[in-house]
Amino acid sequence: MIVLYRIDDRLIHGQVVVGWGQRLGIGFIVLVNNEVRASDWEQEICRMGVPPSMEIIFATGAEAAARLPQWEQDRRGGIVLTGDVDTMAALVPAMPGKKSINVGGIHAREGRTERLRYVFLTPDEAAKLRSLAAEGVEVSAQDVPTAKPVPIAELA
Amino acid sequence: MSEKLNGVIVAHTELAEALLAAVRAIAGDETGLVAVSNRGSDLRALMKRIDEAVGGRPALIFTDMPGGSCAHTAAALARGRPELRVVTGVNLAMLLDFVFHRELPLEAAAERAVQTGRVSVGAIAR
Repeated sequence: MIVLYRIDDRLIHGQVVVGWGQRLGIGFIVLVNNEVRASDWEQEICRMGVPPSMEIIFATGAEAAARLPQWEQDRRGGIVLTGDVDTMAALVPAMPGKKSINVGGIHAREGRTERLRYVFLTPDEAAKLRSLAAEGVEVSAQDVPTAKPVPIAELA
Repeated sequence: MSEKLNGVIVAHTELAEALLAAVRAIAGDETGLVAVSNRGSDLRALMKRIDEAVGGRPALIFTDMPGGSCAHTAAALARGRPELRVVTGVNLAMLLDFVFHRELPLEAAAERAVQTGRVSVGAIAR
């Protein structure tokens, strides 16, 4: 089953693989990113340093929405990872049961303002996260498992 | 005589600066190295930071952990740029050796860095 739905613009990196992956005993990571899905070379880079015990699956947004039920049935624990708010928001209808989204890292860029040390949002991104929360999705920011989750209401 | 190679250390939080400080303490200030942190940056911002540190010259890029954002971004930057080469697993022994062999061609310097770094890792016999 999927134990973490995470938005992180660094994609697959130390915090995800080591911080969450090792702690939660993760067996697979799904990276939902159209660009990486289309590039063998990008996929190879993403595989670097991921332990052999962890499977990496690359998917487009559409593929992820279609295969989500299958990943939720998987006996291993998995992480679904997107690089931005929109890609994750598009997966919400396909998520089963109690839905929750972890905002793990969205960094400074033109048009974004700082909400937390590792969360910067445009007004549109903030509004989208707020509206997901209003629909009953639990949305909180937390970079590493040992940090305290910050509810979206406190930053958007 | 061609120009000496430069090195760019790219690592998590304060690690690159700390490694550079240690190199300077041992080898002096003429290191040919600059430090870049991934602090507060997404992949795009980090790539810009590394590119600025490279400054359009040939460089060996030292990154900390394979699979981390630093190695990922450096590899993406160096793709299609023959004047750049990336190594992972940076350590102090590797950097100190680089400082004294900056006249090497890029490929040879990369190979040497990997060898020196590897040889420096081990359990001390008792």
